[in-house]
Amino acid sequence: MEHMLQKIREAAKAQLEHADSLDKLNEIRVNFLGKKGELTAVLKGMRDVAPEDRPKVGQLVNETRTAIEDALEATKKHLESAAREARLKQEVLDVTRPAVKTMLGHRHPNTIAREEVERIFVGMGYEVVEGPEVEYDEYNFEKLNIPANHPAKDEQDTFYINKNILLRTQTSSVQARVMEKGNLPIRIISPGRVFRSDEVDATHSPSFHQIEGLVIDEHVTFADLKGTLAEFAKELFGPDTKVKFRPHHFPFTEPSAEVDVTCFKCGGKGCRFCKGEGWIEILGCGMVHPHVLEMCGIDPEQYSGFAFGVGLERIALLKYEIDDMRLLYENDIRFLKQF
Amino acid sequence: MNTALSWIKAYVPDLEVTDQEYMDAMTLSGTKCEGYTRLDKNLEKIVVGKIEKIERHPDADKLVVCQVNVGTETIQIVTGAPNVVEGALVPVVLDGGRVAGGHDGSPLPENGIKIKKGKLRGVPSAGMMCSVEELGSSREAYPEAPEDGIYIFQEDVEVGSDAVEALGLHDTVFEYEITSNRVDCYGVLGIAREAAATFRKPFYAPEIKETGNDEDVHDYLKVSVEDTDLCSRYVARMVKNIKLGPSPKWMQRRLAAAGIRPINNLVDITNYVMEEYGQPMHAYDYDLIAGHEIVVKRAKDGDTFQTLDGQIRNMDANVLMINDGEKAVGIAGIMGGENSKITDDVKTMVFEAACFDGANIRLSAKRIGLRSDASGKFEKGLDPNTAMEAMNRACQLIEELGCGEVVGGAIDVYPNPKTPLELPFEPEYINDLIGTDLSEEQMLSYFPALEIGYRPEDRMLIIPTWRQDLLRKCDIAEEVARFYGYDNIPTTLPSGAATAGKLSFKMRIEATARDVAEFCGFSQAYCYSFESPKVFDKLLVPEGDALRNAITIMNPLGEDFSIMRTTSLNGMLTSLATNYKRRNKDVKLYEIANVYLPKALPLTELPDERVQFTLGMYSDAPENFFYMKGVVEEFLDKIGLQSKITYAPDSEKSFLHPGRQANIIYEGEVIGFLGEVHPAVADNYEIDSRVTVAVLDMPGIVAKASYDRKYEGIAKYPAVTRDISMLMKKDILCGQIEEIIEKKGGKLVESYHLFDIYEGSQIAAGFKSMAYSITFRAPDRTLEDKEVNGAMDKILAALEELGINLRK
Repeated sequence: MEHMLQKIREAAKAQLEHADSLDKLNEIRVNFLGKKGELTAVLKGMRDVAPEDRPKVGQLVNETRTAIEDALEATKKHLESAAREARLKQEVLDVTRPAVKTMLGHRHPNTIAREEVERIFVGMGYEVVEGPEVEYDEYNFEKLNIPANHPAKDEQDTFYINKNILLRTQTSSVQARVMEKGNLPIRIISPGRVFRSDEVDATHSPSFHQIEGLVIDEHVTFADLKGTLAEFAKELFGPDTKVKFRPHHFPFTEPSAEVDVTCFKCGGKGCRFCKGEGWIEILGCGMVHPHVLEMCGIDPEQYSGFAFGVGLERIALLKYEIDDMRLLYENDIRFLKQF
Repeated sequence: MNTALSWIKAYVPDLEVTDQEYMDAMTLSGTKCEGYTRLDKNLEKIVVGKIEKIERHPDADKLVVCQVNVGTETIQIVTGAPNVVEGALVPVVLDGGRVAGGHDGSPLPENGIKIKKGKLRGVPSAGMMCSVEELGSSREAYPEAPEDGIYIFQEDVEVGSDAVEALGLHDTVFEYEITSNRVDCYGVLGIAREAAATFRKPFYAPEIKETGNDEDVHDYLKVSVEDTDLCSRYVARMVKNIKLGPSPKWMQRRLAAAGIRPINNLVDITNYVMEEYGQPMHAYDYDLIAGHEIVVKRAKDGDTFQTLDGQIRNMDANVLMINDGEKAVGIAGIMGGENSKITDDVKTMVFEAACFDGANIRLSAKRIGLRSDASGKFEKGLDPNTAMEAMNRACQLIEELGCGEVVGGAIDVYPNPKTPLELPFEPEYINDLIGTDLSEEQMLSYFPALEIGYRPEDRMLIIPTWRQDLLRKCDIAEEVARFYGYDNIPTTLPSGAATAGKLSFKMRIEATARDVAEFCGFSQAYCYSFESPKVFDKLLVPEGDALRNAITIMNPLGEDFSIMRTTSLNGMLTSLATNYKRRNKDVKLYEIANVYLPKALPLTELPDERVQFTLGMYSDAPENFFYMKGVVEEFLDKIGLQSKITYAPDSEKSFLHPGRQANIIYEGEVIGFLGEVHPAVADNYEIDSRVTVAVLDMPGIVAKASYDRKYEGIAKYPAVTRDISMLMKKDILCGQIEEIIEKKGGKLVESYHLFDIYEGSQIAAGFKSMAYSITFRAPDRTLEDKEVNGAMDKILAALEELGINLRK
């Protein structure tokens, strides 16, 4: 009996050595361990074994079964890993083939610039507010220290709806609306669309976008304005950016300034981009004129503040080196896809 | 404004700076220099030469050979210039020198032209005699120069000396951009004061001497001003025995540098004083002034007037006129009349220096359509005190230049003389406002050059009347800040209480709209807010439709930009059309911007500005409508509109396909619409493809939106799924079936979805088949078959009632 079991074990082992597929493996399992298998046959022959030998033979049979099962399992693992290897060899991809893209849409450069500016000022504690695009003369001009017949009214080439209602020429119109509410201190920026009657060309558009900033509090100084805009310029154009404040005139600020930043292309050395000057003008600003504060019911002896206005298109054109403003309003997908 | 630096130095003689230093420092103190031009650029080794002998060239008819004394030696120069004569003093560029350009006056080469010894037709020539064009100038600046030929000095200049110096070309012309508040800087004196203050050098105003003979102008002329509201001052003086002739070179050159062509001494003096003081003047021929009297008063509606340029102009009752005893002789501050203009035969003239109301001049010039140099100055609002100074300065020049005999005295109609404003000097306020710690002395040191006076007893500053921009103490702070230097002011951040930085809820919703649109493949468009009234026809909007109630712009850029849009569709379709025309394939765009809906027309209050989230796409794919619907639902879901969204096909938009459009309804309200663009409209935009659009009216949506979410748990008990397959008439809508599933299935229905829809040859015409899969689940138990069967029975019964045939 013992001899027979040994023979079965060896026979299984020999067959397994030639097994080259999972089907074959199954066949071997059935041949030896199945209902009609050789080992099962041996078990059936237990009846003929003397009762005192049965435990020993039983143990032997079980050992043989385990040995065959282990061998089957080992061979199976081996076959499976060989099959996987073969599949991996087959499944080689040409990784340089073009990607399958989900075709995301693209954000307009104006919006990218706007979100960039918003991010910077929200981080500095500014609330973003909006105001109407069709606006009363009072907010666009009068409350900004530009009374009737003021030459600045002509300079801005205003579109009028009627004598009192116009298309706002500047987001500064939001200043008076916010100040009138009287919730001090004020730290706001106000992005939005503005209109001036300029014919469309490479550098002009009858409608464009600005972001206005306004801070009103006790003890706000021109030095604070300088520091704030210096931070802004560094965030927007890079940490090495320097700013230069030049005196200028706006009716609603005093003192007033125009701000240049070092050319972000040449770093200030002078290049074609900055017309050799090393500086690029980006915005206008100043300390809120006390008369503007008074007209909005704020006491200029107690409060002071600063305001600034920056053109979004100007930032977009500069940052992305777009050479023609008309591209921003054509909406050609080949243009938009580049952002 | 262009001014030669030499003119500035006439009042600030101690100014010693390079051109670049001057430009930078002036710009930083507030007088912006846009750039400068050196008049002696590329002029090297050019001396005064004297032509001593002229002989014919042996081999060329058009050339001559000159012996020219250049001081150190006599050199031979061959020239083709027709105007050379023996004894003439001329500018000569020596061997190795350089001139600015060619003699034909064409654009100057960047590095000029190098001059070397050479031979002309075999005869040696050691230099070149120059024309004004070769010196980089023109006959505008040198009217005495010949039209074609060498410049010949008319005054006695030293042979061998620097010819560039003799021509006054060692000078630089700066171009200034003057801000509208600095009326005084539209005159050279104003800029000179700024230069003096900027460089801390003394300023010397022109010294004006007493002028006039012992006669009295009042015996010659009477002046009355009827409309004093428009003419705050009128000064008149007279000049007789006028001798017209050229003005001196220095005056011609300063005028030429400022871009003013020299004419004759009289005109040049007028222009010179206008440049110097910013005060326009006018001269009338006294013999043409009827009644020898001047009356300043408004014109009458319907009057016409011939200005000295010969044009007939229409006047109205708001235009101020200068009249004589009988008729109008000039439009005040704008232009004189043909009937009184100075001619070469003038003997006696009336000189006028007045101060007219700036706003009136500006508006009159605009209405008449005539903007002159003079009106450009007046419209800024001049200082009336300058009028007399400028007048006396002009008379002084007339005497000095021998241009005529000035009559004694001046007529001065000045009922309300302007006195200097006084402002308190408050150094603490100034330091507080600009964020500095300057001493009083330092602040006060900036004022003398600006001629701002200081009275220490009561600490008052006395503001010169020409500084019309200095009205309050903040203006004084700006003066201190400018001359201390904006660059020197520290940089700090506001120190007050912290504030919360934030976007409004509306802006956050718009940001989500952008994100969703872009995730779904749409790119952002920017369209104009104004458009043509013709777009309504293009969009097939019926007459009388509310969309046609658009706000009209009074002064548009043209009809195409004349109304404020009431729909965002034209912008979207125009943008899609641009792409289609340029053969861009399968384009998807979105826009988030306003439409402007008037509450009433004509407008009495501000319109309703409503943000529209507009999506548009064209492609030949068949399922665009449902793709668009998907984008809309993704967006609404993201912003918390999670109740059932329904679609009503009765939207009746004329611009959409009648069978492919729907209003989008949420909680009983229309929040937008979507659909395929009507092929006739697509034709109007020349798009030969299916175009699908969706427009969401954001104010209504923002009101319902929310970013709040509550976790509802993940189902613990298994779901039961049942499929139903149906055959029905084509006009039964999915919406109707889904309504039944929801209503009849009750709470157990977790979800359902359409998994098959078919119309075609397998089924009868006019019918379609649809198959839904319905998932049932209870949150607290495993459902039993009979519960699900009960729900299903109710659903099926209701479906059958609709005439739907269930396929078993």
